Amino acid sequence: MSETMSQKILAAHAGHSVTPGQLVVVDVDQVMVVDSIIQTVIRRLQELEATPVHPERVSVVIDHVAPASNVNVAQAHQEARRWAKANGVRIFDVGRGICHQVLIEEGLAQPGWIVLGSDSHSTTYGAVGAFGSGMGATDIALAVASGKTWLRVPETVKVELKGSLPAGVSAKDLALFVVGALGADGATYQAIEFHGGENFTRGERMTLANLTVEAGAKAGLVVPSGEIALQYQVPEWLYPDPGASYSQVLSVDLSSLEPVIAAPFAVDNVHPVGELAGKPVDMVFVGTCTNGRLEDLHEVAEILKGRQVAAGVRMLVIPASAQVLEAASRDGTLTTLIAAGATIGTPGCGPCMGRHQGVLAQGEVCVSTANRNFRGRMGDADAEIYLASPRVAAACAVAGVITSPAHFTEEVCG
Amino acid sequence: MARVFKFGDQLNTDDILPGKYAPFMVGDEYYRYAFAHLRPGFAEAYRTGDLIVAGRNTGLGSSREYAPEALKKLGVQTIVAVSYARIFFRNLVNLGIVPFESQVVVEALNDGDQVELELTNGVIKRGEEIFSLKPPEGFLAEALREGSLFEYYRHHHRFPEG
Repeated sequence: MSETMSQKILAAHAGHSVTPGQLVVVDVDQVMVVDSIIQTVIRRLQELEATPVHPERVSVVIDHVAPASNVNVAQAHQEARRWAKANGVRIFDVGRGICHQVLIEEGLAQPGWIVLGSDSHSTTYGAVGAFGSGMGATDIALAVASGKTWLRVPETVKVELKGSLPAGVSAKDLALFVVGALGADGATYQAIEFHGGENFTRGERMTLANLTVEAGAKAGLVVPSGEIALQYQVPEWLYPDPGASYSQVLSVDLSSLEPVIAAPFAVDNVHPVGELAGKPVDMVFVGTCTNGRLEDLHEVAEILKGRQVAAGVRMLVIPASAQVLEAASRDGTLTTLIAAGATIGTPGCGPCMGRHQGVLAQGEVCVSTANRNFRGRMGDADAEIYLASPRVAAACAVAGVITSPAHFTEEVCG
Repeated sequence: MARVFKFGDQLNTDDILPGKYAPFMVGDEYYRYAFAHLRPGFAEAYRTGDLIVAGRNTGLGSSREYAPEALKKLGVQTIVAVSYARIFFRNLVNLGIVPFESQVVVEALNDGDQVELELTNGVIKRGEEIFSLKPPEGFLAEALREGSLFEYYRHHHRFPEG
């Protein structure tokens, strides 16, 4: 039988072949728990009178509000540290970075693995060929206690990438294009499998896999190739069979793409940047699990170099991890950003969820490289979030209004 | 009698419980912020057993279980939606909130309607009108019979077999 990547991974972890629609119980290779919900996970484990069955397969990351913003959060962090220590579980503390970035940097997501995370953007692990899926606190507690989870074997949407991206167009534009094309529930209960992205870096693959949950996907896998095939041990069995069956095929000519923005209040509300040009901006936020990597900061620095953030605009850059911060410090990127008027935050989730480090006031407009623009997400219910690539975000910061990055890159070239 | 609280399509978890009001931020009273942006005053107006009705892709977004848990703390026992986002659906089953799906019922019911609910057999009565919901089957039915999937696991130390 010809199988998709998801079928192959789930079959390898269930111990028998699987077909879409079937409910299976599978072994889990890694369970990731974040600070914001760890108290519920601990409480659930207490109710089960359970401890982690495989402590080495559990990672705790303090990132969602780090460093702590108030006493409640500080206590949650303290409880996380104590629980991790008592149970022999590894913990990545304040400043180490955003959960998905950290796990991938640490090699805690590998091709063919099943990785569950207590954060919906756990689809990110698909960048390295893992079946990554987000779940709530009870599901996570059950996975920590048992080493297993139950899953409905998903159908798969195939996204075929052809050609290459034009200059100035990024993986974020492609990811938003795909969400816009499929719709916010276009892949619900399904996996998305990207084919043909040989030239995409690991970071770009993370951006693609990350945003698949915004089309409702359970997992978003990029078929290992290029630098992933070189840097990782990819098991032979993992590759999808040529005759595998897909619920839908979306073919994308990369050369036809342009910079886009997802306008409030839905991620699938995707428009060419030009359609929104001229809208005044109060804050620009570069960071998150979607776009806080070194290559993202490089794209921003290219545009900010020798320029200034517009008067009246706050520009906040939060590297996705300590490694990213260190590299950006070493290669001079931070100096460029700071000279242009940007400020730098502690590696972590930042204001993405409206909790700290850059919350929006009533009526404010933010251009963000994050992944959600829901009403009230970053602060006041009437604030507006526009999601874009790092390049578009940088261009908006300099212009003080929504604008296309083409304007700036042309100036530099010409 | 139960009152119908009706929401539209694409009801996301930031609508249900904004992230800034997560329990680890604000403490045990977090559930009072349910629908704080979308429908201020909801927590005060809602009475245990009132019916939440919503459209397509209900519960999209964050994996935050405290969004449906806030509803549970307010007394929500069931939701009727056209369809659900997958993490939210799992969270409902884990918490023991019964997730019914019915486009017909969602279209028929209006915000503020007074209805009678018979949860066990999936019947909703509005005056003389009777609507039937398809009860959960197999795996879900097995889990919900014990109260929730979590309670099922706690009693049996395994997942239901459906």
